[in-house]
This record gives sequence, structure tokens and C-alpha cells, in this order.
Amino acid sequence: MTDSLTETVAAPVTAPTVPTAAPPTLSIARRGRNRVQTYGPPLLVLGGILAVWYIVSALLGRRNFLLPFPHKIFTEGFFNLGVLTDIGEGLYRTGFVALVGLAIAMIIGIVWAIAMSQARWIERSLFPYAVILQCIPILALVPLIGFWFGYAFFPRVVVCVMIALFPMVSNTLFGLQSVDRAQRELFKLQGASRWTVLTKLEFPTALPAIFAGMRISAGLAIVGAIVGDFFFRRGQPGIGALISNYQSRVQGPELFASIISASLLGVVIFAIFGWLGKRAVGKWYDFGER
Amino acid sequence: MTTQTMNRTLLDFTDVAMTFPDGTVALSGVNLTVKAGEFVTVVGPSGCGKSTLLRIASGLEKASHGVAELSTDRIGYVFQDATLLPWRTVESNVELLAELHGTGKSERRDKAKEAIDLVGLGGFEKHLPKALSGGMKMRTSLARSLTLDPEIFLFDEPFGALDEITRERLNDELIRLFIEKQFAGLFITHSVSEAVYLSTKVIVMSGRPGKIVDTFDVPFPMPRDPDIRFTGEFAELVGEVSHALREGHS
Repeated sequence: MTDSLTETVAAPVTAPTVPTAAPPTLSIARRGRNRVQTYGPPLLVLGGILAVWYIVSALLGRRNFLLPFPHKIFTEGFFNLGVLTDIGEGLYRTGFVALVGLAIAMIIGIVWAIAMSQARWIERSLFPYAVILQCIPILALVPLIGFWFGYAFFPRVVVCVMIALFPMVSNTLFGLQSVDRAQRELFKLQGASRWTVLTKLEFPTALPAIFAGMRISAGLAIVGAIVGDFFFRRGQPGIGALISNYQSRVQGPELFASIISASLLGVVIFAIFGWLGKRAVGKWYDFGER
Repeated sequence: MTTQTMNRTLLDFTDVAMTFPDGTVALSGVNLTVKAGEFVTVVGPSGCGKSTLLRIASGLEKASHGVAELSTDRIGYVFQDATLLPWRTVESNVELLAELHGTGKSERRDKAKEAIDLVGLGGFEKHLPKALSGGMKMRTSLARSLTLDPEIFLFDEPFGALDEITRERLNDELIRLFIEKQFAGLFITHSVSEAVYLSTKVIVMSGRPGKIVDTFDVPFPMPRDPDIRFTGEFAELVGEVSHALREGHS
């Protein structure tokens, strides 16, 4: 890895040393430089992090279970079939809880936002509670949720819903309200009913914002499911419980492998919902991404 | 077109005034008629209440004083922007109004097809608005209103954002449609030459509060010859209208 890094980094350094180079040579150099500019810096940072990691790990000596050598995360973590199975199962359970929570948050959030978009007084009555929900530190409520709903599947879902709800509400509301005035009048001139305006104008207009909210909520739902795993250990807890177990058993490499997996789950869910949004509205809506 | 339908009054403003809740007087003492076969253009400085006039005519806004009477419910309304729904194709955008009126699927498809052909967008039925130029978007918007078979068309500076060449071409298309579909027109613009070229009557408004200061009949025959723009009579009329506009403004 270090070799390929120095190679790619070397290219732009040598290129400008040929000031009288012909245009084609220059453009090749420039293309190479673009690729280096895109991938070079993050790879350099990764290389740096790994180097520091190895050094600290070596310095820790016998106590390096706190920070195992990066390759050990693979040899003792991911490549260990037992560990891998546990992680896979944990991810599945956590993912399932998160998706159920997300689905419920989506339904409640969209309905809540539509209700608010129908009348000013409803918005004024309900929006403060959406904000309050967002401001409550969910962790403070977690014991209460367990107290009420037990310590198995359902309370885990409740945590996900509470944490994922606000972006759905606020994004949907924002989307519904971003309808162009002239477009609204176009419908009004034809005497369109409220329902028609909602289904043929407001909701389609709101879709890009709804998908953006969904993507944020999806990431939060994963966080909620893992928090739920920490607190509610009955039933079939997921990757959060596994992380907690490895930590208490001082299994460093396994702990790191499970944390990395949980992070990947978040990234994958985020990407899937981004992709879904693009599939759904990307044809006519530009999300402004590369 | 018989003389009877020619003379039918479609839009009648009697002493219309508009004062907004914040006290702004947008219009005062406006008397105006648009008859079948007429194409009336209103020119005036920006902020003189031209758009308000059109909004009152369409029923989007209610006059605070006077009577604005529209004797047909077949109204076409063309906004400043094309106001197309970006997720719908050209075809489906053009079908929208008929759809909102509950017209059956096959009938509105036929109507849309006819309107699309009429504005010269054949072949672009399946395109999304974002793939269209500004002029094509406006054509789509026109086609959408044409599906209603309007007796009167209200235009709110529809070509203001387009470049000169596109605007002139669309002016000619509009005249062609005006002759072919025999609708009356009430057209808002701030371009004097566009007003003179398009219309049978030009109304000049003054700013704040919006008042009608002068009315000019345009004697040139329809359809208009594009080269009429370069004749002395045309220039003279444009000059007179501009003069009235400037006097009303000061």
C-alpha cells in the first residue's frame, strides 16, 4: 500500500518539471493529477492512521488488547467463523429492528407532516412537539421505555422510531410547503380539491425532500437499534449486545471487528436509501451530488 | 366567425379597484372589456398592477371595489413561468388540466396530442421538462391550456424570460393559434413592440396606483407579417404607445 501511494503521489510532482511539454502530455498529467487529487488525500490519511495505530499498538506491548494490531482484527475477528457468524446474526437482528422502526417512523412522520400541511393551526399546534421530540435526549428516556414496554423487541423498535421520527416530519413538511405558488394557482384555477392538490402536486413535489429525510432517518434508526441493544437484552439483541459482550470479555480484535461491522451497516443502509431516492426521483430531480 | 360571436363580451371590468390589506393601492378605476375576436394587451411599468389585473380577471383574486365579470368558464391562463410539473412528461403535463376536470383517459390523450401538435412539440411527448429549452417549456404550457378549448386566454408576461429570437417566434405562433382557435386574449407585457405586434388593442397603464391612461387600436391585419415590425406605421404606433407609457409614468 505504501509503495503504490508514493508512486501515485510522485506523478504530479514530476509533471510540472517539464515546462515545455506538448499539450497531450500535459493533459495526461492533468488527468493523473485529478485521480490523485480525488483518491490520494483520503488514502494518505488512512495510511497515516494505520501507521500511528501500529506504532501505538506496538508501544502498548502486553496491554495491546486495548488496541490490537489492525491485521489481528481480521485474523482473530473476521476470519474466525464463530465470530463472523455472531456478527452476521447481530447485524441481521439490529438491521431488522432498525428497518421496522424506520418504517414506522416514516409512516408516522409523513402522516404527521401532511396533517400539519393542511392547516396553519394544526401546524402551530403540532410542530412544537416535533421540535421537543428532537430536543429530548433519547438516552434519558430509554430506561422509561424499558419500564413501560419491557426489555425485548418492541422497546428496541420504540427507541428507533423516536430517534428517526424528526427528520421524516421536518423534511416532509418542508417538501410539502415548497410547492411553487404559481403551480398551486394552476390547480386552484381548475377548482382542484384539497386531496387532488395533495396527491398530484404537493406529495410529488415533496418526494425528493422525503427521500433525503429517509436517508438521515435510516442512519439514525441504526443508532437507535444499537442503543436499544445495549439496554434491552431480552429476546434477541443484535450487534450492540455483541459489542458490549466483547468489551466486557476484553476480546479486543473481536470488539473492533464488530464495531467496524456496525459502522458498515450504517454506511450500507445510508447508501441504499440514497440509491432508492435516486431511483425514485433522480430522473426529474437533481440531488446535486457527484 | 359570425359577427354575433365577434361582438360577444367575454371579460368586463367596471370601475375595478384593488387595495391590498396592507394599504397598497394596486389598481384604481379600471374599465376594460375584452370581446370575442379581440386580442388586448396591457403594457405598463413593473409594479403597476398589471398582474393583479389578470389575477382579478381569472378569479384568483377578488377586486376590493367594482365588478369584474367573466362570461365564460373556459379560461386559459398562462403564467410567467411555464409551471410544468417536473416529474411529468410533456404529454402528461399537457393532459393535466383535462385530468383535473375528470376527462376520460382516451379523450384527454387525444386532446393533448392535438395541442402538442398545434404548438409544434410533436416528437417531444415523452420528454421531461428539464430536457426542454425555455421556449419549449412555454409551448408545453400553452398546449396545456389549449386542451381546455378556452374562449379567453389570459397571459401573464409569458415570454418575459425568453430571448429575443424565441420570443418573436412564439409571438408568431401565438398569432397563428389566435386565428386558428379563435380565442380572445388578454396579454400582459412590458415590451411595447411585443404589445403592438400581437394585439388588436393596446392598453397603457400608469404606475401606482395602476390606472388606464390610454388605449390604442392596432390597425394592422391578422395574421401579422413579421416584417411589419420594420415599417414606418409600426414604428410610429410603438412610438405613440411608448410616449403614453412615459407620460403615465411621470
